[in-house]
Amino acid sequence: MTEKNGIEVEGLVREYKKGPRAVDGIDISVAPGEIYGFLGPNGAGKSTTVHVLTTLLPPTAGTARVGGYDVIKDGPKVRGLIGVALQEAALDPLLTGRDHLRLQATLQGVRKNQRHSRAEELLHRVGLADAADRKVSGYSGGMKRRLDLALALVHSPRILFLDEPTTGLDPQSRTALWEEVALLRREDRVTVFLTTQYLEEADVLADRVGIIDQGKIVAEGTPAELKAEIGRPSVHAIPHREEDRPRIAEFLAQFGEPLASSRDVAVRLRDGLVLTDIVRAVDQNGIDVADLELRAPTLDDVFLAKTGRTLEGAAEEAETEQPAMRPA
Amino acid sequence: MSNLPQVGAIARRSIIRTSRQPASVIAPLIFPIALLAVNAGGLRSSTELPGFPTTSFLAFALAVPFIQGALFSTMNAGTDLARDVQTGFINRLSLTALRDWALLTGQLAGVVVLGMVQVVFYLVVGLAAGVRFESGPAGIAVLLLYGAIVAMAFGALGAWLAFRTGSGESIQALFPVLFVFLFISSMNTPRNLIGVKWFQVAATLNPVSYMIECVRSLIITGWDPQALALGFGFVIALGLIWLTLASRALRTRMTRT
Repeated sequence: MTEKNGIEVEGLVREYKKGPRAVDGIDISVAPGEIYGFLGPNGAGKSTTVHVLTTLLPPTAGTARVGGYDVIKDGPKVRGLIGVALQEAALDPLLTGRDHLRLQATLQGVRKNQRHSRAEELLHRVGLADAADRKVSGYSGGMKRRLDLALALVHSPRILFLDEPTTGLDPQSRTALWEEVALLRREDRVTVFLTTQYLEEADVLADRVGIIDQGKIVAEGTPAELKAEIGRPSVHAIPHREEDRPRIAEFLAQFGEPLASSRDVAVRLRDGLVLTDIVRAVDQNGIDVADLELRAPTLDDVFLAKTGRTLEGAAEEAETEQPAMRPA
Repeated sequence: MSNLPQVGAIARRSIIRTSRQPASVIAPLIFPIALLAVNAGGLRSSTELPGFPTTSFLAFALAVPFIQGALFSTMNAGTDLARDVQTGFINRLSLTALRDWALLTGQLAGVVVLGMVQVVFYLVVGLAAGVRFESGPAGIAVLLLYGAIVAMAFGALGAWLAFRTGSGESIQALFPVLFVFLFISSMNTPRNLIGVKWFQVAATLNPVSYMIECVRSLIITGWDPQALALGFGFVIALGLIWLTLASRALRTRMTRT
C-alpha cells in the first residue's frame, strides 16, 4: 500500500499507436512531502508519465498508485487528492483569473461559502490579485503559469503534479514559481512531482531526481548523489580559432575521457589531476586557448554519462524524430 | 456532492464566454431579422397566391429567425467546445470531479439561456412590427418552450460535432450545409404551394420544414395539433439522437480512468 500522499510506480509502460514505447517499464517511488524532479529532454516520456499518473491516460502495462489509490481502478479518488498543472496552461482567454478560480473551485467541490475566500487567498498567493478581473487573454506567460498553479491548488491537494511549469518563462517568473513550489512543500507538506528539461530547476528544487530518456529511467537519486556518481570534474577549453579545435581535443585527451560538446572542447579529468596540471601543460606546449575552465559535475554530466548525449542534444534529436503519436 | 453546482458553473461559463464575444451575440440577433426584413419586403406579393395562409408575409416569415437563430447557436456552442478540445481545456475539466453529463448539461443549459434571449428578441421585434399571435399568450409560452427545446437540440448537434472532430474550423465549414437545410424548406413558401416538384419533395423530407411550420402555426393559425406534434416530434427525436451522439463522443474525448 502506498503511503498517504506518496506515489508508487512499478513497471509502467505506455505504448502509442505506430510509435515507440513512450514509457518503457519505469519504477518510481516518491515519499510524502518530497519534491521529485523528473528530468529529461523533449519526447523522453515525462508528460506521458504525468498523464498516466493523473488518470488522463490508462497505462499499457504496470501499476501506479497515487496517494494510496490505483490510477486505473480508483481514478475519481486519485483526481480528488491531486492538483495538476499540465504542460499547456489550458486557460480560457475570455475568462478572468477570478472566473477561472470560481469555476475550478465549484468543479472541485469546494464548499460554496469557502470559494470566494479560497480564490482571494490564492490570487494573493500567486501575485495576481491586481489582475484578477482582467481577461486571461491579456496575461503574460508568467501570469498564466501562476494562475495555472493557483487553479491546481484550489482544492488544497495533497499531491501536486507540475508538468514543465517554467518552460518559456523569463528568469524572474521562473524563480518566483520555484519559491512558491518550495513554500508549498515546506508549509503545506505537499508532495510535488515536477517534470522539467531544465537542469538548474531539478538541481534547485528537487529532493530527488529521476532522469528519463527514451522512456526509461537512466538514473535516480538526490542531485548530490547523482553528481557524486560522476565524481570527477571536467575541463572545458574554448579555442581561439575554430581550426585549432581538433588539435586542442587531441591534446586534452591525454588528461581524461573526451566529452561531447558543441560549444567547447571538454574532457572528464582522470583521478588525481587538477586544473593547474592542465594550465601548466597547455602553457608549456603552446596551445592557444581563449578560455580554460574547471567545472564540477552537473546533472547534464550525469545525463551524458548515462546516455552518451547532452540534454540539449537529446532535445534537438527528439524534435527532429518525434513521430505523430496516438493512444494505442 | 450534488452535480447541480457543476452544471450551473459550466452554464455560467458558457454564457460569460458568449457575452464577451459581441459578434457571437449580435450576429444571431441581427442577421435573421435583417433577412426577415428583406424577405418580408421582397416576397410580400407571395401572399396573393391562391391558398396562401395569411395576408401578412412578415407574420408568415417570422418563424424563420427562430430556427435560423438556433443554427447560429449550434455553431457557437460547437466552436466553443471544439476550442476547449484544441486548447486542452477539456483536460483541465477532466481532472476535476466534473461528470461527463454535467459538462454536457451545463453547456447545453448555457446554449438554452442564450437561445431564449434570441427567441425573446425575435418575439419583441415581431410584436413591435405588428404581428399578431393567433394562439395568444399561451401560444407565446409554447413558442418559448419550443425555442428552448430547439436550442438544446441544435446545441447537442454542435456539441457532438465539437467532440467528434475537435476542430472549430470543421464546425464552421458545416455551417453552409446546415443553411442549405434551412433554404430547402418551407421557409418562404408553404409546401403545398411550392411549384417545383423536386423542391417540394425535398422540403417535405426536410425536418426543418416541420420546425418552421410548428412555430408558424402558433403565429398565423392558432392551435394546429398536427403542426405542433410534427414540430415537437422532429425536434425531440433529433435532439435525443444528437444528445446520445454527443454523450458518446464526449466520453471518448474525456478519456480518464
